Amino acid sequence: MSATVETSPVAAAPRATPKRRRTGGFWRRVARHVMRDKLALLCTVILALIALSAIFAPWIAPADPYKTSMMRRLLPPLSPGYILGTDELGRDMLSRLLYGGRVSLAMGISPVILATLIGGALGVTAGYFGRHVNMAIMRVVDVFYAFPSVLLAVAMAGVLGAGLFNSLISLTLVFIPPIARVAEAVTTQVRNQDYVEAARATGASAPRIIVQHVLANVTGPIMTYASSLVSIAIIISSGLSFLGLGAAPPIADWGLMLNTLRQAIYVAPINAVLPGVMIFAASVSFNLLSDSLRTAMDVRA
Amino acid sequence: MTDTHPSDTDPRDRGGPRQPILSVRDLKKYFPLRGPLGTINAHVQAVDGVSFDVMKGETLGVVGESGCGKSTTARLLMRLIEPDAGSVVLDGDPIGHGGITLRELRRNMQMVFQDSYASLNPRHTATEEISFGLRVHGIPAAKAREQALSSLRLVGLDPTLFADRYPHEMSGGQRQRVNVARGIALNPRLLILDESVSALDKSVQAQVLNLLAELKQRLNLTYIFISHDLNVVHHVSDRVLVMYLGKVVELGPVDRIYRAAAHPYTRALFASRLSMNPALRVEAVPLSGDPPNPVRPPSGCRFRTRCAMAEAICAAAEPMLSSVADAHQAACHAVIPGSGHSQAEALAHAA
Repeated sequence: MSATVETSPVAAAPRATPKRRRTGGFWRRVARHVMRDKLALLCTVILALIALSAIFAPWIAPADPYKTSMMRRLLPPLSPGYILGTDELGRDMLSRLLYGGRVSLAMGISPVILATLIGGALGVTAGYFGRHVNMAIMRVVDVFYAFPSVLLAVAMAGVLGAGLFNSLISLTLVFIPPIARVAEAVTTQVRNQDYVEAARATGASAPRIIVQHVLANVTGPIMTYASSLVSIAIIISSGLSFLGLGAAPPIADWGLMLNTLRQAIYVAPINAVLPGVMIFAASVSFNLLSDSLRTAMDVRA
Repeated sequence: MTDTHPSDTDPRDRGGPRQPILSVRDLKKYFPLRGPLGTINAHVQAVDGVSFDVMKGETLGVVGESGCGKSTTARLLMRLIEPDAGSVVLDGDPIGHGGITLRELRRNMQMVFQDSYASLNPRHTATEEISFGLRVHGIPAAKAREQALSSLRLVGLDPTLFADRYPHEMSGGQRQRVNVARGIALNPRLLILDESVSALDKSVQAQVLNLLAELKQRLNLTYIFISHDLNVVHHVSDRVLVMYLGKVVELGPVDRIYRAAAHPYTRALFASRLSMNPALRVEAVPLSGDPPNPVRPPSGCRFRTRCAMAEAICAAAEPMLSSVADAHQAACHAVIPGSGHSQAEALAHAA
């Protein structure tokens, strides 16, 4: 009652609100927030550089990444003609790192995208319909979730056999359960909001409500979570390659390079560490960027 | 949208002015309480055999303590939750079973929620939010937008300023206006206002109430006005329905209920109201304790555990909603002649 006097001038004249431009859509606000965050901006630049160098590897690589030379094995970085030195078979490190980015980024991003689509669909369905549907979907998901992710990926890749495509499938399977869980949790939350009730009160069908009301409000959190999985995907896929279950030898892949250069760690430590540095840079950048996305997507922030 | 029908020539009217727009009979909803293994251990008797009529053009106020089943009743009427039993008849047409479809029910009946923020999708602009329902009912996008804009105008929001605003860019009062605009966009005949002004501060509340009164006239609406604010209910209602623990305990014209309530619960509820006149303020708490657990309500009259007039008959038999005066009904043994309650006997002798 006592607040009446203070608040009335604003409330009494809803028409008199000062004129101002639309602040733009949700995604534009998120982009603006990320751009203002210096660390996130740096990560974006690093990732963009890695992505661009991977995409344009055939044009910018100074040498053929597969051309071996027994004469020039394990040259240290800054050797003439080989800026980052050579590996244990005398192949140009820089070229191999550039080409390796293609496989590592693809193996980091594509399973996460696939898992987001599948796991997101499962989780949203479970969350929206609740009860028995939720039970059926989430308990199956829980069974997969019970295994440690690396173990599950290794087991899957082991069953399916070595190869990039199989490791992509096993990584997708590994990421479906956590994404489904996050999707289910946010959907359950959104589903009980009054605006979903109001939408149901108009007589709208479930698919329509999901597409127009639920998805708009759950994609943010799901994508934020998924972006944090990219770094894990890069690490696990490198791990699979390291174990010989992912990329097969001549292919340039950061994980595989780490494996083959392992024996040379006392002879040429810098060369041996370089692929690890790349994995580290890419995964940390993805992680920090996803953190920034999370704060940017908090509507009330 | 903007056409204004005098109440007697509304083309949507079928049964004439004497036929209730909404007839609710014996509505029931028991929510199951599940144990850890999913077995049903007990039921919360949220709404237990509620019956009432809503007449065309009236405002029916619904009052009661928190948890008495007011909002559940509203949700049951909208079919946002399925009733366990009971029937709802809209202007002579039953819902389902050969009557009108749920879709038609929802075009004729809309609801405005309490929380103006939570009831608007944070990712939708005002226009998107309002036109959603119109799109659902098959109106093409361009026309739906046009109608949404005219709804905004009807609730006093300038479309040039508010059409593309997101909920977080509006004040509480403005958001609630958007909610009202969404409610009336489908051109319904009945609007359920579930605590729609309770969360607004007093001055905004008054504006929204005035807006609602104006819209009621212009659009020939009928309101079910759910609130715990007895002063507001007194101000807006034609008739008042009092609920206690999932049951209707009293129903009657607003003046009778506020002047001469028959049910002890209604009297206690009104006594708990703060008076503007210091001389009328009471020190003693008229109603003590919490309502009983709706999982195991008391036998007989549900109010007897807190009632000063409770007698043996109150525990033995449940009082039916009975007429105490013209258009005034109450469910209390003390006012039902021949019920066996001592006060009822005195009442019978006096008559």
